[in-house]
Amino acid sequence: MTTIATIRIQEADFDIAREIAELTKGRRDVGAVVTFTGICRGEENGEPIAALTLEHYPGMAEAEIGRHTDEAMSRWPLTGLAVVHRVGRIAPGENIVLVLAASQHRQAAFQAAEFLMDYLKANAPFWKREESQKGTSWIEARGHDDAAAARWTKS
Amino acid sequence: MKVKYFAWVRERIGISEETIEPPEAVRTVDDLIGWLSRRGETYAYAFEKPKVIRAAIDHTHVKPDATIAGAREIAFFPPMTGG
Repeated sequence: MTTIATIRIQEADFDIAREIAELTKGRRDVGAVVTFTGICRGEENGEPIAALTLEHYPGMAEAEIGRHTDEAMSRWPLTGLAVVHRVGRIAPGENIVLVLAASQHRQAAFQAAEFLMDYLKANAPFWKREESQKGTSWIEARGHDDAAAARWTKS
Repeated sequence: MKVKYFAWVRERIGISEETIEPPEAVRTVDDLIGWLSRRGETYAYAFEKPKVIRAAIDHTHVKPDATIAGAREIAFFPPMTGG
């Protein structure tokens, strides 16, 4: 069976159950599906926020995620991968990003999902702007996101 | 070549993309940042901390010393905060 890799960038919310079903339907070789969902927090650095607005670089965002799903598939024995990233205005409690990794056994699925999220955070061209009582401001990148991505680099 | 700007780089410059023809002496991404910075106050503000700025050529991340020869599309943006 082939490995399915789905990459979507969209304004609309996603349905996790439906995405899992896409990776497992009609197959008997899938033994594990790991899902990660990133959700908009209601506060940043102790300050309440009204919403986030996500901007992305169309074309490059899909290409960059694709390079990472390709690498994940070359590193782990996966049966499927899906990355869905939302853009536009997102309110606290709403979904931002979904990563699904499917494999015959759990280890590969856990590792691939974590690898993809670490790489997405540091390398996928998306930017978050927050709205709060003070106005709007761009969220600054965190050094530990780069460090999290770097630990997957093969020496 | 086409140049695109994102997030606060775009806001500071005031446009999201443009077509430019830099002189031949502008060979690298770093050179291009310097050349753009001299185009006006909005550019100087956007590129005031060049070490913070990330760049991509034709949808691939590149370092400041990357050559821009043959590039169709160059993008400048702040460190990424997706996910």
